[in-house]
Amino acid sequence: MTKPLIHITDVHHAYATDAGPLPVLDGLNVSVPEGGFVAVVGPSGCGKSTLTRLIAGLMKPDRGEVWLHGERVQSPRSTVGMAFQNPVLLEWRTILKNVMLPLEIVPTKMSKTEQEQRALHLLDLVGLKGFEDKRPSELSGGMRQRASLCRSLIHKPEVLILDEPFGALDAFTREDLWQTMHSLKAEEPFTGVLITHDLRESIFLADQVVVLSGRPAKTQYVMNIPRNGPPELDDLYTPEAADRLNILRHQIEIAQGRAPSEEVGA
Amino acid sequence: MTLRKIAVPVIAMVVFLALWELLVWVNGWPNYIMAAPSDLPAAYSRYWELFLVMGWQTLWRTVVGLLIAVAFGIFVGMVMGFSRTMRDALYPLLVGFNAIPKATVVPIVALLFVGAHDFNTILIAFMISFFPIAVSVSIGLSTLEPEYRDILRSLGASQATVFWKIALPKTLPEFFGALKVAVTLAFIGTNLMEIVSPHGRGLGALFDSGKTNSDYPLMFAVLIALAFMGIVLYYVVVALEKIFAGWAERQPT
Repeated sequence: MTKPLIHITDVHHAYATDAGPLPVLDGLNVSVPEGGFVAVVGPSGCGKSTLTRLIAGLMKPDRGEVWLHGERVQSPRSTVGMAFQNPVLLEWRTILKNVMLPLEIVPTKMSKTEQEQRALHLLDLVGLKGFEDKRPSELSGGMRQRASLCRSLIHKPEVLILDEPFGALDAFTREDLWQTMHSLKAEEPFTGVLITHDLRESIFLADQVVVLSGRPAKTQYVMNIPRNGPPELDDLYTPEAADRLNILRHQIEIAQGRAPSEEVGA
Repeated sequence: MTLRKIAVPVIAMVVFLALWELLVWVNGWPNYIMAAPSDLPAAYSRYWELFLVMGWQTLWRTVVGLLIAVAFGIFVGMVMGFSRTMRDALYPLLVGFNAIPKATVVPIVALLFVGAHDFNTILIAFMISFFPIAVSVSIGLSTLEPEYRDILRSLGASQATVFWKIALPKTLPEFFGALKVAVTLAFIGTNLMEIVSPHGRGLGALFDSGKTNSDYPLMFAVLIALAFMGIVLYYVVVALEKIFAGWAERQPT
């Protein structure tokens, strides 16, 4: 049993609203081993994004603990990389300068040339070779998201937090990027947390899928996906994959309160 | 392309002047009702030196007022953009202040600091032009998507770093939009003061002396000179915008 790199125990959190506290997380447990990749799925508005902000140290939970690499997360740390549904590239910078942005914040031992080499290497990995001097506005949505992934990895983070990064892309681009993720992971070891609405994406990318219940969210169901080598898109169309998707879909229905369950009083 | 860029506005101006001339000629108006463009060269050549001296006075006071408005506007915009409480507190004050016609403030300021021509004029140019800048900066900062902030904050960056690296450059297009409005407003402010304050300076005073001496072509000549200066300053802002916020301009595809 490897020690978990990300360890979230019994986290509770509520937002203050005009109508009183709005609980979003209510007993959340997630544990990711080093090098693992966890996908978190759940109904809309169940607190998945809150989870990413907790791991990133952008906020503190009301109750419960978030641990990264044996240290309790109290504030942001430079060992985290983030990518969102919105690629949030800076329009006034070239793609290369966008990718290198985190290195302006995080202390690094790399020289300027090494930094640039690394950025170019990452861009090459995601298929953006030759686009380093373009502006974000000259790129398509999928290409911008690729650049955003490079930026989230440039400073060699231990943890990569992906908050629905492929949500706004068309189906074909999305599948392309899934494969890109696998090639990135092969070259750049990281521990990943992926928030997604796409069940196929979750079983294709992750080695563990966590289903959250509806708001306030707690861990409702955990599915392990055995991996031997990077998957092919065809693997999504096997009876095995269909079974997994069916189970997950059923769990989401329970979470939404549309299907009865003994664990969740509907 | 560049020929077209220059030729089109020049032709438009020539057409405008021709129509103006035609209007006066068809109606047979004497120049105390409306001077024609053909009356203007005489006015310019007779008062050439005054135009230079007073035009410069108007220009520098407008620009100084505008620069103060930029500094103050950015400061107020930052305060309102980053703090909800300050936004709630300052917005009604600013809107109320902006709603007061500045023509009514001009005599008050002129009496308050009587004799301090430069100070008065710059003050009014500033007062009339900082509002759009403050509003645009505050809106630009308060509508910054949280993800932009998170990208840097999650790496441990300070608020100041987020401001310099992201919030400020991202607000530049809105800022320049507001600055274009502020430029013309500042000219209005300067001239209001120059016309109203006794023994004024600048083109406003020249306009006023044209009025007292019933020199109608001179009054129109001043208006055209003001318009010319307004255009020049406007395009200076456009050039600055191209340099600092040119990235916001999308290439037509």
